[in-house]
Amino acid sequence: MGKYTVRRLVIALPSLLGISLILFVLLALAPGDPFGELATNSNIPPEIREALRVKFGIDDPILIRYVRWLIAMLHGDWGFSFASRINVDQLILQRVPTTLFVVGSSQILALAIALPVGVYAAMRPYSIFDQIANTMAFIGFSLPTFFTGLLLILIFSVNLGWLPFVYRADIAATGWQWYWESFKQAIMPVAVLGLFQAASYTRYVRSAVLDVIRLDYVTTARSKGLNEAKVIIKHVVRNALIPVVTLVALQMPAVFGGAIVTEQIFRIPGIGSLLITAILANDTPVIMAVTFVFACLVVVFNLMADIIYGWLDPRISYR
Amino acid sequence: MKERELRDLIADVKTGRLSRRAFVQRMIAVGLTAPMAGMMLSQSGVAMAATAIPYKPAKAGGGGLLKLLYWQAITLLNPHFAIGTKDQEGSRIFYEPLAGWDGEGNLVPVLAAEIPSKENDGLSEDGRSVVWKLKRGVKWHDGKPLTADDVVFTWEYARTPETATVTIGSYKDVKVEKIDDFTVRVSFAKPTPYWADAFVGTYGMIIPKHLFADYIGGKSRDAPTNLKPVGTGPYLFVDFKPGDLVLAKRNPDYHVPNRPHFDTLEVKGGGDAVSAARAVLQTGEYDYAWNMLVEDEILQRLESAGKGTVRITPSGNVEFIMLNSTDPAVEVDGERASRKTRHPLFSDPAVRQAIGLLIDRASIEKFIYGRAGVATANFLNNPERFRSKNTKFEFNIEKANAILEAAGWKKGADGVRAKDGKALKFVFQTSINAPRQKTQAIVKQACQKAGIDVELKSVVGSVFFSSDTANPDTYPHFYCDAQMYNTTMPQADPQIFMNQYLSWETATRENKWQGRNVSRWQSKEYDEIYKQAEQELDAVKRAAMYIKLNEMVVGDNYIQPIISRARVAAVKGSVTAHFSGWDNDLWQLASWYREA
Repeated sequence: MGKYTVRRLVIALPSLLGISLILFVLLALAPGDPFGELATNSNIPPEIREALRVKFGIDDPILIRYVRWLIAMLHGDWGFSFASRINVDQLILQRVPTTLFVVGSSQILALAIALPVGVYAAMRPYSIFDQIANTMAFIGFSLPTFFTGLLLILIFSVNLGWLPFVYRADIAATGWQWYWESFKQAIMPVAVLGLFQAASYTRYVRSAVLDVIRLDYVTTARSKGLNEAKVIIKHVVRNALIPVVTLVALQMPAVFGGAIVTEQIFRIPGIGSLLITAILANDTPVIMAVTFVFACLVVVFNLMADIIYGWLDPRISYR
Repeated sequence: MKERELRDLIADVKTGRLSRRAFVQRMIAVGLTAPMAGMMLSQSGVAMAATAIPYKPAKAGGGGLLKLLYWQAITLLNPHFAIGTKDQEGSRIFYEPLAGWDGEGNLVPVLAAEIPSKENDGLSEDGRSVVWKLKRGVKWHDGKPLTADDVVFTWEYARTPETATVTIGSYKDVKVEKIDDFTVRVSFAKPTPYWADAFVGTYGMIIPKHLFADYIGGKSRDAPTNLKPVGTGPYLFVDFKPGDLVLAKRNPDYHVPNRPHFDTLEVKGGGDAVSAARAVLQTGEYDYAWNMLVEDEILQRLESAGKGTVRITPSGNVEFIMLNSTDPAVEVDGERASRKTRHPLFSDPAVRQAIGLLIDRASIEKFIYGRAGVATANFLNNPERFRSKNTKFEFNIEKANAILEAAGWKKGADGVRAKDGKALKFVFQTSINAPRQKTQAIVKQACQKAGIDVELKSVVGSVFFSSDTANPDTYPHFYCDAQMYNTTMPQADPQIFMNQYLSWETATRENKWQGRNVSRWQSKEYDEIYKQAEQELDAVKRAAMYIKLNEMVVGDNYIQPIISRARVAAVKGSVTAHFSGWDNDLWQLASWYREA
């Protein structure tokens, strides 16, 4: 397995290089430039605009810029944001805790709903519970998050006035009140993301459990006289969850990458909203860094999913 | 409007027959700015009478938390790097200029002890220098005193090209020297009637020498103070998360007594304009929301919740249509829309005049912009006695038809007029933005009724407004017959603004489309008057010249102003805020207060 991991890691390097090159070229070819807003400002003489472009190296050939970026990146220099003139790594690190908290809790919420509902629905296929769970799951993943987000805001913030709809990373309160405020403002975004994710997880869990529950060894376990709870938990769920675990591992990059739409709606200062504002401002170094980090995470978690899969299911061998 | 008429008006203001406000409104109506009008009055001996800024609290502090919402988040806090207004606003919390502009074109001293004038020997007779006296006893947030050195340093900092400031335009052509610890002199290379640019308003914020001295030039980005501002303003810096949040607390040593009222300040950023309006007007979660680019209908509905009001402040921004005077379809020396060509349709004055008649400005105001726009403040709404015959705007399809008919443009079988084999068809572009697309549709519809076929094109804003030399869809390339956008007037003085119709400013391939004359309209007479105005010291004569220039451009129908756009903000009912269309929204933040 060690050899397999090393080989996979070695393969990952060229693919990351390829990804970074494609990202860089795409961004360089995309229309618009970070000093667009200056172009309409008559207070800035054209020669200054030109000097800014030269200073930030925007007019050099793409490949030279790419190599320069790559070398700097290898030295740990991520460049600086054109919009705020501070280092990109600093900008990203500021956003990570919020994203981890919001998207992480939504994943936990999703699993907390999907596991029991999915398993129970699979234990009684086509029962009333299963039908309801299925319908809810369908509704859940058909409704886009921007819609449910606005709906929740309308109900809980505007009509009822219970919850704030502007998320604040810095809450002035201390002690219990701080926890209460943080909880209150996180309810809606976490619910929106969590329920959406829970809907698809429920379907996976249900079908995975259904696959396993009909196998002969389950019948054997039952005929041995084990009680139903033990059969389900020890024999069925354990095996059924193998594909689900890898699925969750593949979702992990999203936990770091944030949720662009939901973060924008609730004004959550996470990675997703950083990316979208950077795109709108043509702030290439930030877009490049965020998308590249995201690409790295996808590659790494793909690898981890493969390894975990083999570890959970020894029938799969690494070659 | 001629110089004589202007003088008559000013005399009326002097004797009190005409109010200052009415005078300023008339000047805005002929295309000047309020600060420019204020300058004219002050030079003619009508003293700057700063509008009283009501402030009720009897002591500083005690106002609790003030929450501001910017749907475009503040990304940096150095006023000389501010790319957009949002960054200027964020910087204005901490930094202050020598003086700011109120809504009626008065200079209001902030860090200056008084406004320079001839009476206090602040202005030289030859118009080549101005002397500013600083207010004494002003302290930076770290306790160091504000002195003339800081003002001189700000000039050096901003004018050094390597520092890469966006304010360089206001500082590169002036010279600033220290007279004593609290006096500086700003000298100009040539007589400059409009002297209140450097150190005034949005571009004039003073920065501390002792914290920035090591970071002038190429190292400007490394200054720690860029992220932790130390200014003279009413609030002290607490925390800043770029693109998200600014936190501040009351400055106990603020240089104006009994101010500010609020103990802490929170500026949240991000999201969209509609939900920002909602957070102030409907749920009352926030006290103020910036730049409400929201349809008026929605704003009115939100306002009906009774939690807050929409505040509309007139400003100098005009939405207009520009007709290309060159031919975008013909390529000359590898360049389209070359100066060497003439537009096949628009070179006929009848066509331009007809198009002017086909823009239904009243409907555009009523159905699209609502309270946030006034139909062509430039000429339409001004008083009868100034309305010159040839610059009157109206919407009249029959008349447009008659003009085209008379000029020989005959309707063909397809309903489109043609003359000499040229069909009356043109492409009309603008950036993607709901009100603009609706305006395009209104224009197209009316043109159709007059036998003009308009093809609409919309370009993503980030492309349209970019300076990308390789992209033909940007507005300076103007590879199109007609286009529409909003001119912003960052300076109150029209001198730089009006250079956009000078022949030598034409955007061409040679200057990488950096030239400011995008319409490529040219006139020898215009160039001449502009040169005269540059030298003219008499504020009234100069104003008359700029009015004339404005009339020339608009009167030739190549430029069709549509709507004068106002600045719109949402404010919670209990909060009293003070705005000016000629300065930042937060220019009087120190005097904001909450009614108990």
